[in-house]
Amino acid sequence: MWEGPRAYGLIVAMWVRSTMTYRTSFALTALANFAVTGFDFVTILLMFSHVDRLGGYSLPEVAFLYGAAGTAFGLTDLFVGSTDRLGRRIRDGTLDTLLVRPAPVLAQVAADRFALRRLGRVTQGLLVLGWALTALDIAWTPLKVAMIPMMVLSGTAIFASLFVAGAAFQFWAQDAAQVQHSFTYGGNTLLQYPPTVFAKDLVRGVTFVLPLAFVNWLPALYVLDREDPLGLPDWVAFLPPVVAAGCCALAGLAWRAGLRAYRSTGS
Amino acid sequence: MRLYAAVAAGAFRRHATYRIATAAGVFTNTVFGFIIAYTYTALWDERPHLGGYDLSQALTYAWLGQALLTTCAIMGGGFEDELMERIRTGDVAIDLYRPADLQLWWLAADLGRAGFQLLGRGIVPMGVGALAFDLALPGRPLIWLAFLLSVFLGVVVGFGVRYLVALSAFWLLDGAGAGHVSFLAGMFFSGMLLPLTLFPGLLGEIARVLPWSSLLQIPADVFLGRRTGWGLIEAFAFQIGWALALLALGRLLQAVAMRRVVVQGG
Repeated sequence: MWEGPRAYGLIVAMWVRSTMTYRTSFALTALANFAVTGFDFVTILLMFSHVDRLGGYSLPEVAFLYGAAGTAFGLTDLFVGSTDRLGRRIRDGTLDTLLVRPAPVLAQVAADRFALRRLGRVTQGLLVLGWALTALDIAWTPLKVAMIPMMVLSGTAIFASLFVAGAAFQFWAQDAAQVQHSFTYGGNTLLQYPPTVFAKDLVRGVTFVLPLAFVNWLPALYVLDREDPLGLPDWVAFLPPVVAAGCCALAGLAWRAGLRAYRSTGS
Repeated sequence: MRLYAAVAAGAFRRHATYRIATAAGVFTNTVFGFIIAYTYTALWDERPHLGGYDLSQALTYAWLGQALLTTCAIMGGGFEDELMERIRTGDVAIDLYRPADLQLWWLAADLGRAGFQLLGRGIVPMGVGALAFDLALPGRPLIWLAFLLSVFLGVVVGFGVRYLVALSAFWLLDGAGAGHVSFLAGMFFSGMLLPLTLFPGLLGEIARVLPWSSLLQIPADVFLGRRTGWGLIEAFAFQIGWALALLALGRLLQAVAMRRVVVQGG
Protein backbone atom coordinates (compact mmCIF):
# COMPACT_ATOMS: atom_id res chain seq x y z
CA MET A 1 0.00 0.00 0.00
CA TRP A 2 2.71 2.50 0.98
CA GLU A 3 5.20 1.08 -1.46
CA GLY A 4 4.21 3.54 -4.22
CA PRO A 5 4.46 6.76 -2.21
CA ARG A 6 7.70 5.52 -0.60
CA ALA A 7 9.33 4.77 -3.95
CA TYR A 8 8.05 8.07 -5.28
CA GLY A 9 9.52 9.93 -2.33
CA LEU A 10 12.92 8.26 -2.67
CA ILE A 11 13.19 9.01 -6.40
CA VAL A 12 12.04 12.59 -5.86
CA ALA A 13 14.61 13.10 -3.09
CA MET A 14 17.30 11.81 -5.43
CA TRP A 15 16.37 14.24 -8.19
CA VAL A 16 16.13 17.14 -5.75
CA ARG A 17 19.62 16.36 -4.46
CA SER A 18 20.98 16.27 -7.98
CA THR A 19 19.20 19.53 -8.85
CA MET A 20 20.65 21.24 -5.81
CA THR A 21 24.18 20.42 -6.92
CA TYR A 22 23.89 23.32 -9.35
CA ARG A 23 22.04 25.93 -7.32
CA THR A 24 22.49 28.83 -9.72
CA SER A 25 21.21 26.77 -12.61
CA PHE A 26 18.23 25.73 -10.49
CA ALA A 27 17.44 29.33 -9.54
CA LEU A 28 17.61 30.43 -13.17
CA THR A 29 15.43 27.64 -14.53
CA ALA A 30 12.88 28.17 -11.74
CA LEU A 31 12.81 31.85 -12.62
CA ALA A 32 12.31 31.01 -16.30
CA ASN A 33 9.50 28.63 -15.36
CA PHE A 34 7.93 31.47 -13.36
CA ALA A 35 8.28 33.87 -16.30
CA VAL A 36 6.86 31.50 -18.92
CA THR A 37 3.68 30.94 -16.96
CA GLY A 38 3.60 34.61 -16.02
CA PHE A 39 3.05 35.47 -19.68
CA ASP A 40 -0.43 33.97 -19.49
CA PHE A 41 -1.33 36.51 -16.86
CA VAL A 42 0.45 39.32 -18.72
CA THR A 43 -1.84 38.50 -21.65
CA ILE A 44 -4.86 38.89 -19.39
CA LEU A 45 -3.47 42.17 -18.01
CA LEU A 46 -2.93 43.43 -21.57
CA MET A 47 -6.53 42.50 -22.37
CA PHE A 48 -7.76 44.40 -19.33
CA SER A 49 -5.74 47.44 -20.38
CA HIS A 50 -8.37 47.75 -23.14
CA VAL A 51 -11.54 46.59 -21.37
CA ASP A 52 -13.04 46.71 -17.86
CA ARG A 53 -14.81 43.38 -18.12
CA LEU A 54 -14.25 40.13 -19.96
CA GLY A 55 -17.31 37.94 -20.36
CA GLY A 56 -18.89 40.12 -17.66
CA TYR A 57 -16.10 39.44 -15.14
CA SER A 58 -13.78 42.03 -13.59
CA LEU A 59 -10.00 41.67 -13.42
CA PRO A 60 -9.89 40.44 -9.77
CA GLU A 61 -12.55 37.85 -10.59
CA VAL A 62 -10.63 36.58 -13.62
CA ALA A 63 -7.45 36.63 -11.51
CA PHE A 64 -9.22 34.47 -8.92
CA LEU A 65 -10.15 31.88 -11.57
CA TYR A 66 -6.64 32.14 -13.01
CA GLY A 67 -4.87 31.79 -9.67
CA ALA A 68 -6.94 28.81 -8.54
CA ALA A 69 -6.50 26.89 -11.81
CA GLY A 70 -2.85 27.95 -12.09
CA THR A 71 -1.95 26.80 -8.58
CA ALA A 72 -3.72 23.46 -8.98
CA PHE A 73 -2.12 22.92 -12.37
CA GLY A 74 1.29 23.97 -11.05
CA LEU A 75 1.09 21.45 -8.20
CA THR A 76 0.05 18.72 -10.64
CA ASP A 77 2.86 19.63 -12.99
CA LEU A 78 5.30 19.50 -10.07
CA PHE A 79 4.10 16.12 -8.78
CA VAL A 80 3.29 14.13 -11.93
CA GLY A 81 4.26 16.44 -14.83
CA SER A 82 6.97 14.02 -15.95
CA THR A 83 4.41 11.42 -17.01
CA ASP A 84 4.32 12.99 -20.47
CA ARG A 85 7.79 11.50 -21.07
CA LEU A 86 6.32 8.01 -21.11
CA GLY A 87 5.96 7.91 -24.91
CA ARG A 88 9.63 8.76 -25.33
CA ARG A 89 10.62 6.05 -22.84
CA ILE A 90 8.54 3.50 -24.75
CA ARG A 91 10.15 4.52 -28.05
CA ASP A 92 13.73 4.33 -26.86
CA GLY A 93 13.10 1.20 -24.80
CA THR A 94 14.12 2.64 -21.41
CA LEU A 95 10.68 1.91 -19.97
CA ASP A 96 11.77 -1.72 -19.68
CA THR A 97 14.37 -0.66 -17.11
CA LEU A 98 11.58 0.69 -14.93
CA LEU A 99 9.54 -2.50 -15.30
CA VAL A 100 12.19 -4.72 -13.78
CA ARG A 101 12.82 -2.49 -10.77
CA PRO A 102 11.09 -3.54 -7.54
CA ALA A 103 8.89 -0.42 -7.33
CA PRO A 104 5.51 0.48 -8.81
CA VAL A 105 5.94 1.70 -12.40
CA LEU A 106 3.54 4.61 -11.97
CA ALA A 107 5.53 5.96 -9.02
CA GLN A 108 8.72 5.71 -11.06
CA VAL A 109 7.19 7.35 -14.13
CA ALA A 110 5.67 10.17 -12.07
CA ALA A 111 8.92 10.86 -10.22
CA ASP A 112 11.04 10.52 -13.36
CA ARG A 113 13.34 13.55 -13.67
CA PHE A 114 11.37 15.32 -10.94
CA ALA A 115 11.81 19.00 -11.73
CA LEU A 116 11.82 21.21 -8.66
CA ARG A 117 11.98 24.25 -10.96
CA ARG A 118 8.26 23.72 -11.53
CA LEU A 119 7.79 25.43 -8.18
CA GLY A 120 8.04 28.55 -10.36
CA ARG A 121 4.62 27.81 -11.82
CA VAL A 122 3.11 27.10 -8.39
CA THR A 123 4.54 30.35 -7.00
CA GLN A 124 3.15 32.31 -9.91
CA GLY A 125 -0.32 30.81 -9.44
CA LEU A 126 -0.26 31.43 -5.70
CA LEU A 127 0.79 35.06 -6.15
CA VAL A 128 -2.07 35.77 -8.55
CA LEU A 129 -4.50 33.89 -6.30
CA GLY A 130 -3.29 35.84 -3.26
CA TRP A 131 -3.63 39.16 -5.05
CA ALA A 132 -7.12 38.24 -6.27
CA LEU A 133 -8.26 37.32 -2.75
CA THR A 134 -7.18 40.73 -1.41
CA ALA A 135 -8.64 42.63 -4.38
CA LEU A 136 -12.02 40.88 -4.39
CA ASP A 137 -14.92 42.31 -2.45
CA ILE A 138 -16.44 39.17 -0.93
CA ALA A 139 -18.61 38.67 2.16
CA TRP A 140 -16.50 35.83 3.57
CA THR A 141 -18.19 32.98 5.41
CA PRO A 142 -16.33 29.99 6.93
CA LEU A 143 -17.70 27.86 4.12
CA LYS A 144 -16.35 30.20 1.46
CA VAL A 145 -12.94 30.30 3.15
CA ALA A 146 -12.82 26.48 3.30
CA MET A 147 -13.69 26.42 -0.37
CA ILE A 148 -10.29 27.86 -1.41
CA PRO A 149 -7.97 25.04 -0.19
CA MET A 150 -10.63 22.49 -1.15
CA MET A 151 -10.74 23.66 -4.77
CA VAL A 152 -6.98 23.85 -5.10
CA LEU A 153 -6.45 20.33 -3.72
CA SER A 154 -9.33 18.74 -5.63
CA GLY A 155 -8.23 20.60 -8.74
CA THR A 156 -4.73 19.19 -8.33
CA ALA A 157 -6.16 15.66 -8.10
CA ILE A 158 -8.40 16.17 -11.16
CA PHE A 159 -5.51 17.51 -13.24
CA ALA A 160 -3.26 14.72 -11.95
CA SER A 161 -5.71 12.04 -13.10
CA LEU A 162 -5.74 13.70 -16.53
CA PHE A 163 -1.95 13.49 -16.63
CA VAL A 164 -2.00 9.81 -15.66
CA ALA A 165 -4.82 8.96 -18.08
CA GLY A 166 -2.92 10.83 -20.80
CA ALA A 167 0.21 8.85 -20.01
CA ALA A 168 -1.80 5.61 -20.17
CA PHE A 169 -3.00 6.66 -23.62
CA GLN A 170 0.64 6.84 -24.71
CA PHE A 171 0.96 3.08 -24.23
CA TRP A 172 -1.14 2.84 -27.41
CA ALA A 173 -0.05 6.01 -29.23
CA GLN A 174 3.56 6.69 -28.28
CA ASP A 175 3.90 9.91 -30.25
CA ALA A 176 0.80 11.48 -28.77
CA ALA A 177 2.21 13.47 -25.83
CA GLN A 178 0.66 16.47 -27.55
CA VAL A 179 -2.83 15.05 -27.08
CA GLN A 180 -2.13 14.84 -23.37
CA HIS A 181 -0.96 18.46 -23.47
CA SER A 182 -4.09 19.70 -25.16
CA PHE A 183 -6.19 18.38 -22.27
CA THR A 184 -3.82 19.40 -19.47
CA TYR A 185 -2.25 22.66 -20.66
CA GLY A 186 -5.32 23.40 -22.79
CA GLY A 187 -7.64 22.72 -19.85
CA ASN A 188 -5.56 25.01 -17.66
CA THR A 189 -5.73 27.81 -20.25
CA LEU A 190 -9.49 27.33 -20.62
CA LEU A 191 -10.10 27.56 -16.87
CA GLN A 192 -8.14 30.80 -16.63
CA TYR A 193 -11.06 32.58 -18.27
CA PRO A 194 -14.68 32.87 -17.06
CA PRO A 195 -17.09 30.19 -18.33
CA THR A 196 -19.27 32.92 -19.87
CA VAL A 197 -16.55 33.47 -22.47
CA PHE A 198 -17.08 30.04 -24.02
CA ALA A 199 -19.87 28.44 -26.01
CA LYS A 200 -22.42 26.56 -23.85
CA ASP A 201 -21.62 23.23 -25.50
CA LEU A 202 -17.97 23.60 -24.59
CA VAL A 203 -18.91 24.42 -20.98
CA ARG A 204 -21.22 21.38 -20.93
CA GLY A 205 -18.39 19.24 -22.27
CA VAL A 206 -15.94 20.25 -19.55
CA THR A 207 -18.61 19.84 -16.86
CA PHE A 208 -20.17 16.49 -17.70
CA VAL A 209 -17.69 14.71 -19.98
CA LEU A 210 -14.22 15.88 -18.93
CA PRO A 211 -14.99 17.35 -15.50
CA LEU A 212 -12.54 20.27 -15.67
CA ALA A 213 -15.22 22.71 -14.50
CA PHE A 214 -14.87 21.19 -11.02
CA VAL A 215 -11.23 22.33 -10.81
CA ASN A 216 -12.19 25.96 -10.31
CA TRP A 217 -15.24 27.21 -12.24
CA LEU A 218 -18.00 25.64 -10.12
CA PRO A 219 -16.47 26.24 -6.65
CA ALA A 220 -15.26 29.71 -7.66
CA LEU A 221 -18.68 30.75 -8.93
CA TYR A 222 -20.06 29.87 -5.49
CA VAL A 223 -17.42 32.01 -3.77
CA LEU A 224 -18.06 34.88 -6.18
CA ASP A 225 -21.85 34.54 -5.84
CA ARG A 226 -22.25 34.11 -9.55
CA GLU A 227 -24.70 32.15 -11.60
CA ASP A 228 -23.34 29.08 -13.40
CA PRO A 229 -24.04 29.53 -17.16
CA LEU A 230 -25.57 26.03 -17.23
CA GLY A 231 -27.89 26.89 -14.31
CA LEU A 232 -26.63 24.06 -12.07
CA PRO A 233 -27.72 24.16 -8.41
CA ASP A 234 -25.45 25.61 -5.70
CA TRP A 235 -24.54 22.32 -4.05
CA VAL A 236 -22.65 21.25 -7.18
CA ALA A 237 -19.92 23.62 -5.98
CA PHE A 238 -19.18 21.18 -3.13
CA LEU A 239 -18.66 18.18 -5.37
CA PRO A 240 -15.00 18.67 -6.43
CA PRO A 241 -13.59 16.17 -3.85
CA VAL A 242 -16.06 13.51 -5.02
CA VAL A 243 -15.34 14.20 -8.67
CA ALA A 244 -11.61 14.16 -7.97
CA ALA A 245 -11.85 10.75 -6.27
CA GLY A 246 -13.83 9.38 -9.23
CA CYS A 247 -11.29 10.77 -11.72
CA CYS A 248 -8.38 9.24 -9.82
CA ALA A 249 -10.09 5.83 -9.79
CA LEU A 250 -10.75 5.98 -13.54
CA ALA A 251 -7.21 7.14 -14.27
CA GLY A 252 -5.87 4.25 -12.17
CA LEU A 253 -7.91 1.79 -14.22
CA ALA A 254 -6.73 3.35 -17.48
CA TRP A 255 -3.14 3.15 -16.29
CA ARG A 256 -3.44 -0.55 -15.45
CA ALA A 257 -5.08 -1.33 -18.78
CA GLY A 258 -2.30 0.54 -20.56
CA LEU A 259 0.47 -1.18 -18.68
CA ARG A 260 -1.07 -4.59 -19.44
CA ALA A 261 -1.30 -3.71 -23.14
CA TYR A 262 2.37 -2.68 -23.26
CA ARG A 263 4.64 -4.66 -25.53
CA SER A 264 8.28 -3.76 -25.42
CA THR A 265 9.89 -2.61 -28.66
CA GLY A 266 12.75 -4.93 -27.75
CA SER A 267 15.38 -2.34 -28.55
CA MET B 1 22.01 24.39 -54.94
CA ARG B 2 20.85 20.87 -55.74
CA LEU B 3 22.51 19.65 -52.55
CA TYR B 4 20.53 22.09 -50.39
CA ALA B 5 17.30 21.16 -52.16
CA ALA B 6 18.03 17.55 -51.28
CA VAL B 7 18.71 18.49 -47.65
CA ALA B 8 15.40 20.39 -47.52
CA ALA B 9 13.53 17.49 -49.11
CA GLY B 10 15.14 15.10 -46.64
CA ALA B 11 14.06 17.23 -43.68
CA PHE B 12 10.55 17.41 -45.11
CA ARG B 13 10.37 13.62 -45.42
CA ARG B 14 11.88 13.11 -42.00
CA HIS B 15 9.18 15.18 -40.33
CA ALA B 16 6.52 13.55 -42.50
CA THR B 17 7.33 10.17 -40.93
CA TYR B 18 6.04 11.29 -37.51
CA ARG B 19 2.41 10.78 -38.48
CA ILE B 20 0.90 10.23 -35.04
CA ALA B 21 2.90 13.11 -33.58
CA THR B 22 1.65 15.34 -36.40
CA ALA B 23 -1.96 14.27 -35.85
CA ALA B 24 -1.56 14.87 -32.11
CA GLY B 25 -0.09 18.31 -32.85
CA VAL B 26 -2.99 19.17 -35.16
CA PHE B 27 -5.36 18.21 -32.35
CA THR B 28 -3.54 20.45 -29.87
CA ASN B 29 -3.43 23.41 -32.26
CA THR B 30 -7.15 23.01 -32.86
CA VAL B 31 -8.00 22.86 -29.15
CA PHE B 32 -5.94 25.96 -28.42
CA GLY B 33 -7.38 27.66 -31.51
CA PHE B 34 -10.87 27.26 -30.07
CA ILE B 35 -9.90 28.51 -26.60
CA ILE B 36 -8.10 31.58 -27.94
CA ALA B 37 -10.83 32.32 -30.49
CA TYR B 38 -13.44 32.40 -27.69
CA THR B 39 -11.34 34.71 -25.51
CA TYR B 40 -10.82 37.02 -28.49
CA THR B 41 -14.57 36.98 -29.13
CA ALA B 42 -15.18 38.10 -25.53
CA LEU B 43 -12.55 40.82 -25.89
CA TRP B 44 -13.78 42.13 -29.24
CA ASP B 45 -17.40 42.02 -28.02
CA GLU B 46 -16.40 44.62 -25.43
CA ARG B 47 -14.26 46.66 -27.78
CA PRO B 48 -15.07 46.20 -31.46
CA HIS B 49 -12.23 47.22 -33.80
CA LEU B 50 -9.66 46.83 -31.05
CA GLY B 51 -6.14 47.19 -32.43
CA GLY B 52 -7.59 47.98 -35.86
CA TYR B 53 -9.11 44.52 -36.37
CA ASP B 54 -12.78 43.67 -36.61
CA LEU B 55 -13.96 40.49 -34.87
CA SER B 56 -13.62 38.29 -37.91
CA GLN B 57 -10.08 39.54 -38.54
CA ALA B 58 -9.18 38.99 -34.89
CA LEU B 59 -10.45 35.41 -35.07
CA THR B 60 -8.48 34.85 -38.26
CA TYR B 61 -5.42 36.17 -36.44
CA ALA B 62 -5.99 33.68 -33.60
CA TRP B 63 -6.16 30.70 -35.97
CA LEU B 64 -3.20 31.94 -38.04
CA GLY B 65 -1.21 31.94 -34.81
CA GLN B 66 -1.96 28.24 -34.35
CA ALA B 67 -1.18 27.49 -38.00
CA LEU B 68 2.17 29.27 -37.91
CA LEU B 69 3.22 28.25 -34.39
CA THR B 70 5.31 25.28 -35.48
CA THR B 71 5.91 26.50 -39.05
CA CYS B 72 7.88 29.51 -37.83
CA ALA B 73 9.00 27.55 -34.70
CA ILE B 74 7.76 30.41 -32.53
CA MET B 75 8.20 28.31 -29.41
CA GLY B 76 11.48 26.85 -30.66
CA GLY B 77 11.77 23.19 -31.47
CA GLY B 78 13.26 23.47 -34.92
CA PHE B 79 16.80 22.32 -35.57
CA GLU B 80 18.56 24.20 -32.78
CA ASP B 81 18.42 21.47 -30.14
CA GLU B 82 20.09 19.05 -32.50
CA LEU B 83 22.79 21.50 -33.54
CA MET B 84 23.48 22.43 -29.91
CA GLU B 85 23.85 18.77 -29.06
CA ARG B 86 26.29 18.31 -31.95
CA ILE B 87 28.29 21.30 -30.75
CA ARG B 88 28.35 20.01 -27.18
CA THR B 89 29.48 16.52 -28.16
CA GLY B 90 31.94 17.78 -30.78
CA ASP B 91 30.09 16.05 -33.64
CA VAL B 92 29.91 19.44 -35.29
CA ALA B 93 33.51 18.86 -36.37
CA ILE B 94 32.22 16.12 -38.70
CA ASP B 95 29.73 18.58 -40.21
CA LEU B 96 32.63 20.84 -41.10
CA TYR B 97 34.22 18.15 -43.31
CA ARG B 98 31.10 18.09 -45.45
CA PRO B 99 31.39 19.86 -48.79
CA ALA B 100 28.59 22.17 -47.75
CA ASP B 101 28.20 25.40 -45.88
CA LEU B 102 27.15 24.79 -42.27
CA GLN B 103 24.67 27.66 -42.09
CA LEU B 104 23.07 26.95 -45.48
CA TRP B 105 22.86 23.25 -44.65
CA TRP B 106 20.83 23.91 -41.50
CA LEU B 107 18.79 26.62 -43.21
CA ALA B 108 17.81 24.18 -45.94
CA ALA B 109 16.88 21.57 -43.34
CA ASP B 110 14.82 24.11 -41.41
CA LEU B 111 13.00 25.22 -44.56
CA GLY B 112 12.12 21.60 -45.29
CA ARG B 113 10.82 21.20 -41.75
CA ALA B 114 8.81 24.42 -41.97
CA GLY B 115 7.31 23.36 -45.31
CA PHE B 116 6.07 20.15 -43.79
CA GLN B 117 4.72 21.86 -40.67
CA LEU B 118 2.80 24.39 -42.76
CA LEU B 119 1.10 21.59 -44.71
CA GLY B 120 0.85 19.10 -41.86
CA ARG B 121 -0.04 21.31 -38.92
CA GLY B 122 -1.19 24.53 -40.55
CA ILE B 123 -3.94 23.63 -42.97
CA VAL B 124 -6.19 21.40 -40.86
CA PRO B 125 -6.53 23.70 -37.80
CA MET B 126 -7.12 26.64 -40.12
CA GLY B 127 -9.80 24.65 -41.95
CA VAL B 128 -11.53 23.69 -38.69
CA GLY B 129 -11.35 27.33 -37.58
CA ALA B 130 -12.90 28.47 -40.85
CA LEU B 131 -15.77 25.99 -40.41
CA ALA B 132 -16.47 26.92 -36.78
CA PHE B 133 -15.98 30.70 -36.99
CA ASP B 134 -16.53 33.46 -39.51
CA LEU B 135 -12.94 34.01 -40.68
CA ALA B 136 -11.71 36.75 -42.98
CA LEU B 137 -10.07 34.63 -45.70
CA PRO B 138 -8.47 36.55 -48.57
CA GLY B 139 -10.39 36.42 -51.83
CA ARG B 140 -7.61 37.41 -54.17
CA PRO B 141 -4.99 34.76 -55.07
CA LEU B 142 -2.31 37.45 -55.04
CA ILE B 143 -2.80 37.95 -51.30
CA TRP B 144 -2.35 34.23 -50.71
CA LEU B 145 0.90 34.35 -52.66
CA ALA B 146 2.11 37.41 -50.75
CA PHE B 147 1.19 35.61 -47.50
CA LEU B 148 3.21 32.53 -48.46
CA LEU B 149 6.21 34.71 -49.32
CA SER B 150 5.85 36.51 -45.99
CA VAL B 151 5.69 33.18 -44.12
CA PHE B 152 8.80 32.03 -45.98
CA LEU B 153 10.63 35.19 -44.92
CA GLY B 154 9.33 34.71 -41.39
CA VAL B 155 10.80 31.21 -41.29
CA VAL B 156 14.17 32.57 -42.45
CA VAL B 157 14.12 35.31 -39.79
CA GLY B 158 13.17 32.72 -37.16
CA PHE B 159 16.01 30.53 -38.39
CA GLY B 160 18.42 33.47 -38.14
CA VAL B 161 17.54 33.98 -34.48
CA ARG B 162 17.66 30.30 -33.58
CA TYR B 163 20.97 29.82 -35.39
CA LEU B 164 22.52 32.45 -33.14
CA VAL B 165 21.02 30.67 -30.13
CA ALA B 166 22.46 27.35 -31.29
CA LEU B 167 25.93 28.84 -31.90
CA SER B 168 25.92 30.19 -28.33
CA ALA B 169 26.53 26.57 -27.32
CA PHE B 170 30.14 27.00 -28.52
CA TRP B 171 30.67 29.31 -25.54
CA LEU B 172 28.04 28.22 -23.06
CA LEU B 173 28.27 24.45 -23.75
CA ASP B 174 24.77 24.08 -22.36
CA GLY B 175 22.59 26.17 -24.64
CA ALA B 176 19.39 25.45 -22.71
CA GLY B 177 19.40 28.84 -21.00
CA ALA B 178 19.82 30.76 -24.26
CA GLY B 179 17.16 28.56 -25.83
CA HIS B 180 14.78 29.43 -23.02
CA VAL B 181 15.31 33.15 -23.37
CA SER B 182 14.79 32.91 -27.11
CA PHE B 183 11.59 30.90 -26.57
CA LEU B 184 10.26 33.54 -24.17
CA ALA B 185 11.10 36.39 -26.53
CA GLY B 186 9.59 34.55 -29.49
CA MET B 187 6.38 33.87 -27.59
CA PHE B 188 5.98 37.45 -26.40
CA PHE B 189 7.27 39.54 -29.31
CA SER B 190 5.90 37.53 -32.24
CA GLY B 191 2.34 38.51 -31.36
CA MET B 192 1.44 34.96 -30.36
CA LEU B 193 -0.18 36.03 -27.07
CA LEU B 194 -2.02 39.03 -28.46
CA PRO B 195 -1.63 41.01 -31.68
CA LEU B 196 1.24 43.46 -31.27
CA THR B 197 -1.11 46.31 -32.25
CA LEU B 198 -2.71 45.81 -28.81
CA PHE B 199 0.55 46.28 -26.93
CA PRO B 200 0.48 49.69 -25.26
CA GLY B 201 2.73 52.66 -26.01
CA LEU B 202 6.48 52.23 -26.15
CA LEU B 203 6.30 48.47 -25.54
CA GLY B 204 4.18 48.13 -28.68
CA GLU B 205 6.53 50.30 -30.72
CA ILE B 206 9.54 48.26 -29.63
CA ALA B 207 7.75 44.94 -30.19
CA ARG B 208 6.84 45.92 -33.74
CA VAL B 209 10.43 46.66 -34.82
CA LEU B 210 12.03 43.55 -33.28
CA PRO B 211 12.71 40.58 -35.59
CA TRP B 212 10.04 38.37 -33.99
CA SER B 213 7.19 40.43 -35.44
CA SER B 214 8.21 38.82 -38.77
CA LEU B 215 7.09 35.42 -37.49
CA LEU B 216 3.39 36.07 -37.01
CA GLN B 217 2.30 39.71 -36.87
CA ILE B 218 3.50 40.60 -40.38
CA PRO B 219 2.36 37.43 -42.18
CA ALA B 220 -1.03 37.75 -40.43
CA ASP B 221 -1.39 41.39 -41.51
CA VAL B 222 -0.50 40.42 -45.08
CA PHE B 223 -3.10 37.64 -44.94
CA LEU B 224 -5.74 40.04 -43.61
CA GLY B 225 -5.07 42.47 -46.48
CA ARG B 226 -3.84 45.19 -44.13
CA ARG B 227 -0.57 45.39 -46.03
CA THR B 228 -1.10 46.24 -49.67
CA GLY B 229 0.77 48.22 -52.27
CA TRP B 230 3.56 50.24 -50.71
CA GLY B 231 2.80 48.83 -47.25
CA LEU B 232 3.32 45.32 -48.56
CA ILE B 233 6.70 46.23 -50.03
CA GLU B 234 7.65 47.80 -46.70
CA ALA B 235 6.64 44.62 -44.87
CA PHE B 236 8.79 42.49 -47.17
CA ALA B 237 11.69 44.93 -46.88
CA PHE B 238 11.44 44.75 -43.08
CA GLN B 239 11.51 40.95 -43.12
CA ILE B 240 14.30 40.73 -45.70
CA GLY B 241 16.32 43.30 -43.75
CA TRP B 242 16.11 41.31 -40.53
CA ALA B 243 16.75 38.03 -42.37
CA LEU B 244 19.93 39.36 -43.99
CA ALA B 245 21.16 41.03 -40.80
CA LEU B 246 20.63 37.89 -38.71
CA LEU B 247 22.14 35.57 -41.31
CA ALA B 248 25.19 37.85 -41.61
CA LEU B 249 25.58 37.95 -37.85
CA GLY B 250 25.28 34.17 -37.75
CA ARG B 251 28.01 33.92 -40.37
CA LEU B 252 30.27 36.20 -38.38
CA LEU B 253 29.67 34.30 -35.15
CA GLN B 254 30.19 31.02 -36.97
CA ALA B 255 33.57 32.18 -38.28
CA VAL B 256 34.65 33.13 -34.77
CA ALA B 257 33.37 29.82 -33.41
CA MET B 258 35.16 27.83 -36.10
CA ARG B 259 38.48 29.29 -35.03
CA ARG B 260 37.62 28.08 -31.55
CA VAL B 261 37.07 24.55 -32.79
CA VAL B 262 40.46 24.53 -34.49
CA VAL B 263 42.18 25.98 -31.42
CA GLN B 264 40.70 23.25 -29.28
CA GLY B 265 41.82 20.66 -31.77
CA GLY B 266 38.30 19.61 -32.72
